[in-house]
Amino acid sequence: MELIFKKLAQLSASLVFFILAATALVLYLSARPAIEEFGLGFLFESRWGVEETRAQPVLSPNQVVDEMPVIDEQADALLDDDFIDDEDDFVGDDDDESSGDTRIVYGALVPIVGTLFSTLIAMFFSIPIAMGIAVFLSEIAPKLLAKPVGVAIELLASIPSIIYGMWGLFYFGPFIAGIFGGNTVSLLVAGLVLGIMVIPFMAALSRDAISTVPDMLKESAYAMGATKLEVIKDVVFPYAKSGIIGSIILSFGRALGETMAVAFVIGGVYQFVGKVTDPTNSIPVVLANSFAESSGLSLSVLFYLALILFAMSFIVIAVAKFFFLRRK
Amino acid sequence: MKNMMEVQALTFTYNGATEPSLKRINLPIEKNKVTALIGPSGCGKSTLLRGMNRIHDLYPGHRYDGTINLLNSDGEAYTDILTIKKEAELIRLRQRVGMIFQKPTPFPMTIFENIAYGLKLSGVKKRTQIEEVVEQSLRDAALWGEVKDRLSLDARSLSGGQQQRLCIARAIALKPEVILFDEPTSALDPISTLAIEEMISVLREQYSICIVTHNMQQAARISDFTGFMYLGEMVEFDKTETIFMKPSVKQTEDYISGRFG
Amino acid sequence: MRLILNRLFLIFSSAAALVGLFFLAWILFTLCSKGLAGLSLSVFTNDLIDGGLRNVIVGQLMMSGIATFIGIPVGILAGIYLQEYGGNTKTTEFMRDLSDVMMSAPSIVIGTFVYAIVVVPTGHTSGWAGVLALFILMVPIIVRTTDDMLKLVPTELREAGIAIGASKYHVTMNIVVRYAKAGILTGILLAFARVVGETAPLLYTSGSSQFWTTDLGDTFPSLTVSIYNLATMPDNEMVQLGWTGAFLLTAMVLMINLLGRYASNKKRR
Repeated sequence: MELIFKKLAQLSASLVFFILAATALVLYLSARPAIEEFGLGFLFESRWGVEETRAQPVLSPNQVVDEMPVIDEQADALLDDDFIDDEDDFVGDDDDESSGDTRIVYGALVPIVGTLFSTLIAMFFSIPIAMGIAVFLSEIAPKLLAKPVGVAIELLASIPSIIYGMWGLFYFGPFIAGIFGGNTVSLLVAGLVLGIMVIPFMAALSRDAISTVPDMLKESAYAMGATKLEVIKDVVFPYAKSGIIGSIILSFGRALGETMAVAFVIGGVYQFVGKVTDPTNSIPVVLANSFAESSGLSLSVLFYLALILFAMSFIVIAVAKFFFLRRK
Repeated sequence: MKNMMEVQALTFTYNGATEPSLKRINLPIEKNKVTALIGPSGCGKSTLLRGMNRIHDLYPGHRYDGTINLLNSDGEAYTDILTIKKEAELIRLRQRVGMIFQKPTPFPMTIFENIAYGLKLSGVKKRTQIEEVVEQSLRDAALWGEVKDRLSLDARSLSGGQQQRLCIARAIALKPEVILFDEPTSALDPISTLAIEEMISVLREQYSICIVTHNMQQAARISDFTGFMYLGEMVEFDKTETIFMKPSVKQTEDYISGRFG
Repeated sequence: MRLILNRLFLIFSSAAALVGLFFLAWILFTLCSKGLAGLSLSVFTNDLIDGGLRNVIVGQLMMSGIATFIGIPVGILAGIYLQEYGGNTKTTEFMRDLSDVMMSAPSIVIGTFVYAIVVVPTGHTSGWAGVLALFILMVPIIVRTTDDMLKLVPTELREAGIAIGASKYHVTMNIVVRYAKAGILTGILLAFARVVGETAPLLYTSGSSQFWTTDLGDTFPSLTVSIYNLATMPDNEMVQLGWTGAFLLTAMVLMINLLGRYASNKKRR
């Protein structure tokens, strides 16, 4: 009994690792046709679903030319759904290459840029407000007010993201378009909605970090004649620094991978923005909108995108964990 | 000679409490002397101390009644610090009445910046002047020799005893007139405690000191005057020898001889 | 000057808080006004095809419920392993970090993973695929809360158990887990609240259906996916139904959260 229990527990613990590894592996295998087709150049290609003569495909410099796969045969192979098992065949297929026909080019640059920009806008918008809320709750508001408002903030952090998206589409988008002009769905609206979504999350985490500052430390700064601003700036923030930065990075990660809050309001258009009020696209939104109607290479391309997103969020979280939120 | 501070008939009530925590307290703080406050926990000795630089005012809703007089720098008249309303004057008060806490409270900055912090707050900008004061304060706190080569290290890298001496150096860098010690050695080992006690007896020459302690031997060792408090009242106040050798109140005698508390 | 700066800062900080709270209040206000307007009994008695939400609500709860049901033993066991058996080794630390990474992985990526391993081989979306996606989202949350809650159990309690001759298994199950029960329960409720509002991982795993079904082997009705579909329809009536769904979803999530808070507060008293 003892032993079985221990083994069972161990198995469950390994499951998390297994799932993570499996996710990375499956995404990679599913994305492999696209990776072989477009290489790392995919990251810098701005066209999406455009037909081109395959004379000058975008290639990463390290890709050997005669490994260039053929679109038609592969697409056929992909269509029969079990392309994961067949991945070895692709390598074999590469040999009977014929050149001179056309292929459809996919590139991730537009959604990558859209994802990064919308997240950055979200951060610029949310950091000051979330910090304001955190400071307000922990240092300024009287206890009677801080308690219920704090609970409200935590509850708001749990509201499903789809709600934020829907509100953004029907109310916030038109509101912003009324102020700044442009479309009711745009990079700007998407960024701001994302920002509003992560505010309660960031504020709650930062408030927790700030509340670890011992009262006595703050009192001793006041005892030297510091004002509230000076105590917060010189004592509270430096003391809680790693916790606050960690909360910002976690919020960044959350905004980066967010689908539903953005899907309603970014527009879903493959174009670079000239102005922030133009619609564009982001990786999660491409995934959400195109998955159902894709197959073959276009599906593989989506897996490639998912892999990129996975890697991006993995890096963000890893940075947060290893540099700022180390457990003591 | 005039007393540095005089607490007169001070009654203090915490926010929301029905009973006052301090009842008509009288306490003189003589110039260049050490005054100790002893008594069982919860007797109000820390509450009294925290009234003397109005650190209580960080939390709203508390009530003071009575007077706490602080000698003006001209050495003639007194100001009642309980009448201070403006924030700027409160800040000035806290720079004149320094405070050391139960645990070391190094700010999250370097050793140098910790000491210089108070000066910067009070508007001192000249680098040479700051450096001078930092060195002098660290010397007075018997810390200079130990830290002079690592002034740019995080203050939290020091040992507990060193941190507490750093806090004292930080307080005296502002040249206060009174220093309040709130059980300054309760978190320290015996050797560090001894170092702090020696320091206090040196500091007495320049500053007026009031120390709260739960350790009667400490009060006997370092103070000139001792006040025994119980349940929010000042039971007895006298010269330290008198309190420990010939207390006039039975309660004081019982406490000193270890029968309660 | 210092005092003026201080005053400005306090005003700014309070204003920032006010701005943030204003937006959040705005969202809740629209949600209530739009949602309540469409609320009627028929929402709960009709399926989506007849203009109600019965099947999608039941479907969402079924998928989240089953995911929780499987997730609880796996998550708790893994949490127990990390805290009670893992020791303080590098491996356990690494596993903790991995759970944290999993917890913050974009939920849409989990959806693509499940799509690749379930939907592609079977050829169609299904309730089980949705359950699996939610399960994967949920397990790391339960693992980490269990782990954290068990850490709060005093070591003396374990030692006392061992000292009277109980086996490690008995100590763990009868003393440690029982001590941390309220906290773990809260964690489970919060994890449930989190997955019940998820849309992205269900979009192409369970899909959504307009009809009543309890067959998890088939495309399955989902409230969140339906809200997404309804909200983007041109028909005003459909959009209204979407708002009603959004209102119900939020009410549900907030209620579960409050329940979780209540459970952990009761323990502390």
